[in-house]
Amino acid sequence: MSDAKKFMYINRKAPYGTVYAWESLEVVLIGAAFDQEVSLAFVDDGVYQLMKGQDTTEVGIKNFSPTYSALGDYDVNKIYIEKESLEARGLTLDDLQHLVWEDEDEDWAEKDSIRVVTSAELAELFDTQDVVLSF
Amino acid sequence: MKFSIQVSEGPYNHEASVTAINFVKAAVEAGHEIFRVFFYHDGVNNGTRYTTPPQDDINIQKTWSELAEAHNIDLVVCVAAAQRRGIVDEGEQQRNKKDGNNIAPGFRISGLGQLIEAGIEADRLVVFGD
Repeated sequence: MSDAKKFMYINRKAPYGTVYAWESLEVVLIGAAFDQEVSLAFVDDGVYQLMKGQDTTEVGIKNFSPTYSALGDYDVNKIYIEKESLEARGLTLDDLQHLVWEDEDEDWAEKDSIRVVTSAELAELFDTQDVVLSF
Repeated sequence: MKFSIQVSEGPYNHEASVTAINFVKAAVEAGHEIFRVFFYHDGVNNGTRYTTPPQDDINIQKTWSELAEAHNIDLVVCVAAAQRRGIVDEGEQQRNKKDGNNIAPGFRISGLGQLIEAGIEADRLVVFGD
């Protein structure tokens, strides 16, 4: 693990309307097998990807939002939401899915995966990454 | 420096693919190495040899193929994205029982793991997209 790289996936787009959100999630799930240090960031309309209670029945497009709850099982547990993007859309953390992971080192204690951070904090985080993939 | 490239848009709707071509050319001319170019989302549409743009327009697919041959650059089309969009090589043709294939010279179809590996192996991964 010492030579693991820090991968950051930046999700910028609404979940439906374009395919970026879904195909980004596909990369994250495949990438999880590579034992890298993975983080996800949700900014701009990307914050809508994690909205609770998505129902796509009327638009006839696959609802892939339940897949996000599996991320914890893939050891993807650093999920950053940009505070300004949430606020600009009148959203709070309560509007989003509650994503958790189980900490092996603490007797599988359930912990929150989502952290709300400011754009300034996010910029610092981006600066520490080795690989930044933008979707 | 060793670069990997991700191209996320198709050849003509967006400028991303041409910008990526310009970047790759400049990097190679400056003595850098291109580890891999990975085509994802509609970017897989850069890899069909059936592209026939007007003669006074740039042939983006052909430019990629020529770059690949001239500099031995690995052009990889994502298999999952390709299957959705009808980009087919001989292997995919047989596997999915299609009546033909359309992959362009110098391109190959492979999995998303190739993108992750491209990020791991390169000094920089540069994404060209919307």
